[in-house]
Amino acid sequence: MTPRQKRMVLVGLILAGVAGAVFLALTAFQKNLLYFYTPSQVISGEAPRDYTFRVGGLVVKGSVKRSEGVTVRFDVTDGVATVPVVFTGILPDLFREGQGIISIGKLNGQGVFEASEVLAKHDENYMPPEVGDALKKSGQLPPEAYKDYQK
Amino acid sequence: MIAELGHFALVMALMMAIIQALFPLWGAQCGNALWMAVAKPAARSHFLFLLTAFVCLAIAFVSNDFSVLYVAEHSNSSLPLYYRITAVWGAHEGSMLLWAFILGLWTFAVTLFSRSLSEEMLARVLGVMALTSIGIELFILFTSNPFDRIVPSPVDGNDMNPLLQDFGMTIHPPMLYMGYVGLSVAFSFAIAALLGGSLDSAWARWSRPWTLVAWIFLTFGITLGSWWAYYELGWGGWWFWDPVENASFMPWLVATALLHSLAVTEKRGAFKAWTVLLALFAFSLSLLGTFLVRSGVLTSVHAFASDPTRGLFILVFLGVVVGGSLLLYAIRAPMVKDNARYAFVSKENLLLLNNILLVTASASILLGTLYPLVLDALSLGKISVGSPYFTAVFAPVMAPMFLLAGIAPMFAWRQADLNRIFKRMWPVFVASWILGIGLTAVFFKVDDIRAMAGLGMAIWLAAGALMSLYARVSLRANFWDGLRSQSTSVYGMTFAHLGAAVFLVGAVLSNQYSVEKIVRLAPNESTEIGGYSFKFLGVNDVSGPNYRAKEGSFQVSKGDKPVAELKPQKRVYKVQRNTMTEAAIDPGLFRDLYVALGEPMDKGAWTVRVYVKPFIRWIWLGGLLMMTGGLCSVADRRYRLASAKLRESIGAVELSAR
Repeated sequence: MTPRQKRMVLVGLILAGVAGAVFLALTAFQKNLLYFYTPSQVISGEAPRDYTFRVGGLVVKGSVKRSEGVTVRFDVTDGVATVPVVFTGILPDLFREGQGIISIGKLNGQGVFEASEVLAKHDENYMPPEVGDALKKSGQLPPEAYKDYQK
Repeated sequence: MIAELGHFALVMALMMAIIQALFPLWGAQCGNALWMAVAKPAARSHFLFLLTAFVCLAIAFVSNDFSVLYVAEHSNSSLPLYYRITAVWGAHEGSMLLWAFILGLWTFAVTLFSRSLSEEMLARVLGVMALTSIGIELFILFTSNPFDRIVPSPVDGNDMNPLLQDFGMTIHPPMLYMGYVGLSVAFSFAIAALLGGSLDSAWARWSRPWTLVAWIFLTFGITLGSWWAYYELGWGGWWFWDPVENASFMPWLVATALLHSLAVTEKRGAFKAWTVLLALFAFSLSLLGTFLVRSGVLTSVHAFASDPTRGLFILVFLGVVVGGSLLLYAIRAPMVKDNARYAFVSKENLLLLNNILLVTASASILLGTLYPLVLDALSLGKISVGSPYFTAVFAPVMAPMFLLAGIAPMFAWRQADLNRIFKRMWPVFVASWILGIGLTAVFFKVDDIRAMAGLGMAIWLAAGALMSLYARVSLRANFWDGLRSQSTSVYGMTFAHLGAAVFLVGAVLSNQYSVEKIVRLAPNESTEIGGYSFKFLGVNDVSGPNYRAKEGSFQVSKGDKPVAELKPQKRVYKVQRNTMTEAAIDPGLFRDLYVALGEPMDKGAWTVRVYVKPFIRWIWLGGLLMMTGGLCSVADRRYRLASAKLRESIGAVELSAR
């Protein structure tokens, strides 16, 4: 092969490699995007079944119930609609009733959100932006408690 | 008074930076030696003012001056002295001051170790660094001044974020920033070379040690951050593909690529244009990282919209730096000629592949990090990209990388003899894989393909590094003479590659074989996991300087043998009323035992998180080994010899001119 042909082979290999990487990235991307839904959207049936997504809102006061093991049930609301959530595991330190949280999981056949992860930030004034927006949409944003969001 | 002094020093630093940028750059352009000579003294006094500003802020913290807003928000009189000092960079304003200070420190270092540089080059390098300083100092003064006063001043401060009250977290930001900002030296060298039109291998020889030192700090900073996340967050993980982590990982990947391509440019004079581009990218990604972490864009795109000045400022700054440097590159790069010739099968081409893989990996992380932000900013929906995406993309890109890294050191420059390498390496290759598969089958699971592939690859990489060292050493008749005659940069490469192998072992084995259990335990109950028995003895009240805590007590035993006593805590910090989980870990080279308290239940019972994590220490050990490799390479005599030789020859020229 002449040096020129060799260089072309190299360029071809590189292009093939890059194309492969892009393909991998895009397929992985498609499969692993997590969409956010508000409780209202979940209740009105906009959220997918059998597909992992995120739901967020305020934990309804008095709704947290623990069973014998480490399973916890609670309700999440955006002020308009309420979604029941069940989670097996240890809740984050800042999980409290009335606090904004985000949970990741799937909706089961009974309309209960089976969370695999529950997130609450390490700052009690923190409001997850998605939750803030959801509350704003439903007109339920508590005014003074969430200074970070209002800033 | 001290705050005003600090503020004044910062303004003076900005003035100095303007002088340091204007005169030298203009002087270098029109060949005015007097103006170029301004660079060094201006850079040094610039640093002195930054040092003064930084010390002033530290004094405000140490003396509990709560009339300074930043101190009042992030410190408290009950905070121990050590944390009062580290609280200086515990939040936004102070950490930006630290950024500026470290940039000043690097500039100062350039003025000290620049004797081999020509006047013109030095003037340009310092001028470009000053331009960066101007940007960051304007940002601090206009949008995030740490010296602002608060009237009336509060009696006591709001305390430091409890998560940051920890040794690992106090040195993590300075180390990381040393790395981020250190890449600005390579960036400035690249811009200076583009401006002067002198892209030669001398340029690569100057940039290389600076890039190495920055890379060492970056490696150390990331390793520390990962270690901190592991023991402090209480989730037992060591890497979350969180945007903040990605922000530090992208520059690291590109800096690693830059190190390899600088080697080619220095030794063979090839890849010049590409190396310059990498130097520009590496620092641009550092700036992007600062932007992502510091603008608030990550916690919320909307917080960014409602407090636009900060985010907008950094975004514009980023645009100017990236746009300006790429424009300069587009104008000047076509003039750069690669005159090196090399065959298809050569070290040059393998290093090119290494670069492509590293940059691809970095680009895929960039996509996953920025895509949700762009989508959100355009109100097209709220998504997040989970860690499955990153692992799915990262592993296939890194696998060929590790495979090639095993054999690449054996390749010769210009033209490698593939037959000879093949003959020499195939038994090693086969043996590594047999060993990887065998070890997994014997000690872990018989059919675990992932662990087998990971271990096989790690052993291959380590064997390749050692084989190449052996090949070099065996050129000498006597083994010890051979070992001694190697330059330290050969050991540097060996250590760095061994570090990557050790890291891979840790990552694969801890991911595949960590066991986790979340249980509810009443006092004197116990739980079995991974062959260990954890007995819960109960909870006591303890208190620290600024917190109260519930301290659990666990007796861990294997069979009848007691192994460790673990005391995890649940802390409540008095001022911010934050609850914090403090995990307890029994570390070991081959396994970590990890206990974290969950929530209290009735009758003295607690929910408890227990982990047994095999080989997890190897992850950070690998990082430290890579760092050691970097240190060995920096210590190479070549860099010192090169500068001494150049000085001699310049001296000789001056003599003969007389």
